[in-house]
Amino acid sequence: MARYAMVIDTRKCVGCSGCVVACKTENNVPDGLCRDWIVEVLKGKSPNLQLEIRSERCNHCENPPCVRCCPTGASYVNEDDFVLVEKSKCTGCKACIASCPYDARYVHPEGYVEKCTFCIHRVEKGLDPSCVEACPTRCMAFGDLEDPKSEVSTLLRSRPYKVLLPQAGTKPKIYYLL
Amino acid sequence: MEEVVITSGRNLPHIDPYLSIWGWEIPVYLFLGGLVAGILFISALFYLQGKSNEMKSAVKITPLLTPVFLGAGLFALFLDLEYKLHVFRFYTAFRLESPMSWGSWTLAAIFPLSVIWSLIHIDSVFPNFRFPLVFVNKLISVFKNYAKVVAWLLIVFSILLGIYTGILLSAFNARPLWNTAILGPLFLVSGLSTGVALSILFSRNEHEKKLLSKIDILAIGIELFLITHMFMGLLASTQVHIDAANLFLGGQYTAVFWIFVVGLGLLFPAMLKLIELRGIKIPVIIPSFLVLAGGLILRFIIVDAGQVSSWIK
Repeated sequence: MARYAMVIDTRKCVGCSGCVVACKTENNVPDGLCRDWIVEVLKGKSPNLQLEIRSERCNHCENPPCVRCCPTGASYVNEDDFVLVEKSKCTGCKACIASCPYDARYVHPEGYVEKCTFCIHRVEKGLDPSCVEACPTRCMAFGDLEDPKSEVSTLLRSRPYKVLLPQAGTKPKIYYLL
Repeated sequence: MEEVVITSGRNLPHIDPYLSIWGWEIPVYLFLGGLVAGILFISALFYLQGKSNEMKSAVKITPLLTPVFLGAGLFALFLDLEYKLHVFRFYTAFRLESPMSWGSWTLAAIFPLSVIWSLIHIDSVFPNFRFPLVFVNKLISVFKNYAKVVAWLLIVFSILLGIYTGILLSAFNARPLWNTAILGPLFLVSGLSTGVALSILFSRNEHEKKLLSKIDILAIGIELFLITHMFMGLLASTQVHIDAANLFLGGQYTAVFWIFVVGLGLLFPAMLKLIELRGIKIPVIIPSFLVLAGGLILRFIIVDAGQVSSWIK
């Protein structure tokens, strides 16, 4: 019973899109679709500008609206707190897509809904998700929040952080170090 | 200033730049579902009050259309599914927290009920009609013995169906426009209003027409009240909810909503009905058509605008 999460350092991320390409390759994401993406937020007024770069994906929320609204149980939370889709149960009704405030899901050309899986197939083998592994600036960390010695727990203790849209009430588990 | 750009390139079909995952199928289904809920509710209500003969159109004639409408609505829902072969999956699970699951089980209950209700009444509308199969006719006479039970079940399931068509949308917190509990009662009353408007069309009885017109005016009044409250609620909430309300208060949906839904779909037909109740003859098809078209457009606009409203865009 782990509680897996991702911590991303917005000060280290340079927006190279390496994580996006790594994910597409690792997960055979069809053309034109993506499970992660890079957002650049420019704030302020010239010359006093601030740039934040974020690698975004499904937040594997602790209160996932996509799982609650799914009529068939295709969207589910596994024992390690991964939010996943069982494609054999998915009807492609798209309720989960409508329910996600982060717009992290899409319909696979075959008809079922897909999104970031935290590369569960790699994590089960003791590896990091492909985006974390591919990052040239090592701006991402993946691990168990229940383990106080894990890299994610240590980072969250040592630095201020934020999550995306906390006001939407979904309790996201991707943390951005400020 | 704050400028947000997705630099890795992201153009997910029907999600970017604005959500458009639900096209015509969902609003058409929501309209037909609401219409059927309205028709079956007043039919069962007047039946239980013992008014089957004086309210013949509402109780007996119009419900004959409900299996057809429900079938068409279900077909529209089916067309919307991206993985049509997995449609049976709706019926291998019941998810307490999912309005769509409630809806699919409600439909599984109300569709056969609407067929039974139609069979019970078919011979009083078409007196010479008999099914060529003897056992069907026998079955109908069995159903007739339980007509009262069926009517009570219809009351329950028609309200569930009518409310669910709105709750389905209002459960989506991610779309601020939909995220108001008013949508449930609004779609319920709108469905009742369209159901009544259709029943008036088939009525040959002045007393029935008048009573149904009065019910429709009342329903329209409640709808206007609920629409006002919907905007009050959204405007008193967070910035994204205020932005959602502003889609109708100066934004891109303003003209179509206030002219076609509130003006031509609610106020104008209510006025025509009031004039008619004072004894001035107005062709019944005009207000009924306007109410039905208004109900359909309302659902198209709400489904569309809800997808435009968002926390991040």
